[in-house]
Amino acid sequence: MYVWDFYTVLQSWDLFLYGLWITFVYSVGSIVLGVIFGLIVCFARLSRIRLFSASARVYLELFRCMPLLVLVLWFYYALPMLIGMSMENTTAAMLALALYVSSFYAEIFRGGIKAIDTGQFEAGAAIAMSHAQVMRRIILPQAAKKMLPAFINQSIIQVKNTSLASVIAVADLSYMGAVVNGETYRPLESYTFVAFMYFLLLFPLTQFADRVEKKLRQSD
Amino acid sequence: MNDAPPIFSVRNLAKSFGAIHVFSGINLDVAKGQVIGVIGPSGCGKSTLIRCLNMMEVPNSGEIYFHGRPTTPNFRGRNGAIGAGELRRKVGMVFQQFNLFPHKTVIENVIEGPVVVLKEKKEEAKERAMALLSSVGLADKRDAYPNHLSGGQKQRVAIARALAMRPEVMLFDEVTSALDPELVGEVLNVMRKLATAGMTMVIVTHEMAFAADVADRVIFLDEGTIAAEGSADDVIHKPKQERLKRFLARFHA
Repeated sequence: MYVWDFYTVLQSWDLFLYGLWITFVYSVGSIVLGVIFGLIVCFARLSRIRLFSASARVYLELFRCMPLLVLVLWFYYALPMLIGMSMENTTAAMLALALYVSSFYAEIFRGGIKAIDTGQFEAGAAIAMSHAQVMRRIILPQAAKKMLPAFINQSIIQVKNTSLASVIAVADLSYMGAVVNGETYRPLESYTFVAFMYFLLLFPLTQFADRVEKKLRQSD
Repeated sequence: MNDAPPIFSVRNLAKSFGAIHVFSGINLDVAKGQVIGVIGPSGCGKSTLIRCLNMMEVPNSGEIYFHGRPTTPNFRGRNGAIGAGELRRKVGMVFQQFNLFPHKTVIENVIEGPVVVLKEKKEEAKERAMALLSSVGLADKRDAYPNHLSGGQKQRVAIARALAMRPEVMLFDEVTSALDPELVGEVLNVMRKLATAGMTMVIVTHEMAFAADVADRVIFLDEGTIAAEGSADDVIHKPKQERLKRFLARFHA
């Protein structure tokens, strides 16, 4: 009979807390950067300029066909040699995470915009608004509501994705599981506790996502 | 008839969508204060024609002159041509599907153009908007959202929204075709008031009695050309052409 011993593992509570903080930083950081890149790629994809829309489609296919783990390793080991610059593991991880999620966000944004009736574009144009004004004042506010559930869900997935930064030794929550296990030789308690902390982090978010979805369905 | 040059001069206009030929050889003048009715079978290009007038559709060939200036589909005009941005400030449009902004209240819909495009101050725009909403009978709906309005109310708000831009010409694209019959009258009354007040209007409609009543001139668009043209009396009450007679027979005039 295995004797559980969380006490030994919890001695390193400060490490776990630090790991949780790092996970939080990479989650928020990659989501924010992902939104910025995602918006750029989305508008490139929708652009009438062939060069922009073609480049965007290449970008999107690339990230759709690549596992995040491979991406993280590639950004850390391969990219520095290609561009001749050394890269910290932290930079490589943040970049890989941000670009990966940006491709999903770009498609979510595009879906939201496409869901808006063309009559809205026409009504804005008919009162002499420029394309940018129609987008900013008429289309995007409506699209934002439509894409909110998909966006929140993708962001929740992204929080889990940050765990892959641990494979290039970023000191996040997952990495701390390995560190504490290395000290205590108690993988069961170490990784169970890490799983528990991820659950604590994500459960409020999933509940929030469900509430938002319910509220949006009511207002339709 | 005044001797002032027409507001719109359409010369030899042609439009196709790919292989589908919509119309060609269209010549039309719209003088200030005139109300032009455009009638014809569905799909004959009536909507396409008036959408060319504010460059929502780009004609394949021919010219459209606004106050003597050639129009261009670019947002900014060049070399004296009037661009779509400037044109649409002077030519308003009301759509069959209303197309109100659902995330804005009624009054926000009406002030959107004046505030964002004409750069008016919000307070002044709101005052003018209230006057316009009163004139279409919807002053009490100022803070309502479009999804709480009936079709007729939505269309009247859409008219107020277009009028808020202080246009010289108003284009109406089958604006009552999507309405329940009992709501059509309230919209036509607003349009009749506008016409009486001297607004230049181009109205695509299936409401023959209304067109006969309000229009100074009626054009009958059929099979890609203007098959008949004249006063409301000539075209609707005393049609001469066979196609026109057959078309009108479908309506209990």
